[in-house]
Amino acid sequence: MTQAAKSSARPLSPHLQIYRLPLAAWLSISHRATGIGLTAGTLLLTWWLAAAAYGPDAYGVFSDFISSPFGLLILFGFSFALFFHLCNGIRHLLWDAGKNFSIEATKRSNAFVIAGTVVLTAIAWLIAYL
Amino acid sequence: MVELSLPKNSRPVKGKHHAAPSGAKNVKRFDVYRYDPDKDATPRIDSYDVDMDTCGPMVLDGLLKIKDEMDQTLALRRSCREGICGSCSMNIDGGNTLACLKPIEECNGTVKIYPLPHMPVVKDLVPDLTHVYAQYASIEPWMKTETLPPSSSERLQSPEEREKLDGLWECILCFCCSTSCPSYWWNGDRYLGPAILLQAARWINDSRDEATGERLDNLEDPFRLYRCHTIMNCTQTCPKGLNPAKAIADIKMKLVERAG
Repeated sequence: MTQAAKSSARPLSPHLQIYRLPLAAWLSISHRATGIGLTAGTLLLTWWLAAAAYGPDAYGVFSDFISSPFGLLILFGFSFALFFHLCNGIRHLLWDAGKNFSIEATKRSNAFVIAGTVVLTAIAWLIAYL
Repeated sequence: MVELSLPKNSRPVKGKHHAAPSGAKNVKRFDVYRYDPDKDATPRIDSYDVDMDTCGPMVLDGLLKIKDEMDQTLALRRSCREGICGSCSMNIDGGNTLACLKPIEECNGTVKIYPLPHMPVVKDLVPDLTHVYAQYASIEPWMKTETLPPSSSERLQSPEEREKLDGLWECILCFCCSTSCPSYWWNGDRYLGPAILLQAARWINDSRDEATGERLDNLEDPFRLYRCHTIMNCTQTCPKGLNPAKAIADIKMKLVERAG
């Protein structure tokens, strides 16, 4: 058997199945997930703007949808994803500037991202309902 | 390519159990990944009840005790047993580290031991490192110069210039970081991974090296360098306390600075 054939027959060692991902890694995958979610969410934004441009009837359809429990849930998810992506984006900006790379700094920025997301989402919805 | 599940031939099954010697009072369970290319169709997880009263403090001590006294068929790499050779890197308790530096008492419950993640397995805890070594060779890890050295001395560095190598020269190429990196798992064929990029930074930052531009050219590539998404697993897992993520960020910054 050639060396190449031999090595391709070798099993692959377990990875995701066994690796205990640190919090920062979970936030990293969440960054990508929220990015994809926000891209899909721009469809909602487009619908909103297009409905407003078409006139009262079209806007009524949108308005009924977005104020239904399901619509509100989607809107809540969108806002949460937006604030998460924003906070984690700020962290990426600092990383790209070469800052905050120590393990302690990473722990601090983990907390900043999570707390920032929760607080900003709460503020946005409080403003919406007050 | 992202493949979340293991190929069929790579899924471990339950293996043999090795009981502790009679009379052992303080027993700790070790679950160890086993694969014998001559006998096994798939990997298996063997369990060993190790008598802790007659065992050294580190996971490597446990593994060597297993090999010496319970099951001589266990294969693993080890040499210095003090964190300087980088041979006994493996996945212990869900994180990559050196077995010789990992205290058994830090593992709650069963000590779960796997080879370095997402690597072809030669046997048991021995991964095939051919590819990472080839990637290491690709960054030309030696000093490259055009000019002749001073006739009366070696090439000198100021203490400040030498300091720029701190945090880089200490790397022992155990590959804990590269094999902890999801980006390296999915794109390791083309992405160089944190260990090799830290080594690249070691030569880019060397004031005596005269091939900095060429080295940066070689890294300016969507895959070789830019598959790093700052996931930070590398820095969190490095058993030597180094910071590969920071070294990679420094290379990215040097490329931006150079572009002007």
